Amino acid sequence: MNRKNSNKSRNPNKPTLAFYFLRALACINKKTSMASYNQRSGTIKRAAYASMALAAGPKRAWSRAVLCRVLWWGSSRLHGFPTRRRPRAFFHRRVRVADPKLREPSKADVLRRLVPGAKAMDLSRLLEETAHYIQYLRAQVLLMQNVVGSVSD
Amino acid sequence: MSTRRSRSRRSSSSRITDDQIIDLVSKLQALLPESHRRSTERESAAKVLQDTCNYIRSLHQEMDDLSERLAELLATTETTSDQAAIIRSLLM
Repeated sequence: MNRKNSNKSRNPNKPTLAFYFLRALACINKKTSMASYNQRSGTIKRAAYASMALAAGPKRAWSRAVLCRVLWWGSSRLHGFPTRRRPRAFFHRRVRVADPKLREPSKADVLRRLVPGAKAMDLSRLLEETAHYIQYLRAQVLLMQNVVGSVSD
Repeated sequence: MSTRRSRSRRSSSSRITDDQIIDLVSKLQALLPESHRRSTERESAAKVLQDTCNYIRSLHQEMDDLSERLAELLATTETTSDQAAIIRSLLM
């Protein structure tokens, strides 16, 4: 029975994804105070991740981790906290030059860094979360491509 | 006593069998974009993990790019009745 449930929750519900994302876009559109283009694109990116996580539901570690990060980011900006200690630079990814002295991390460790909330998982759970995360990421990317395609026509 | 504990820990971790891991890795492989080409052969787990990492990175990059494009588009377009039709088509 657990297998059946997990299969059902696997396929992302496209209308739900679209609803959350479009709602967020509408809110962003209304706020004319965001003059800077960079600010707007950053907000849209966070809204995309947040709506993806909302559609996935709280049962997945990655969706909870993403929502925590988005909320943390939003609240720290609101209250004017210094954003130096932001969580793991997830939204501002920079390429880090690998230190040749350090041992090269295993592939599973690299995956753990990429999938949010997967830092302390064992391999089987990590693989499950990754599969779920990829499905939702792909659905979100397709949705955004549709939106861009429709709006730019 | 400590050996008993470590033995039980070892047995609980081996409950996640190799077959389960292989099954999960093959499911992951099926999700990757080139899976339709290589559907018959089973790749090594390391290759699948590497491809998965690359795929996730490329998806993140695409989301960044699409967000930037949307930021541009939202700034320029105005609300029209066409957008209601777009929204309706996306939600159905």
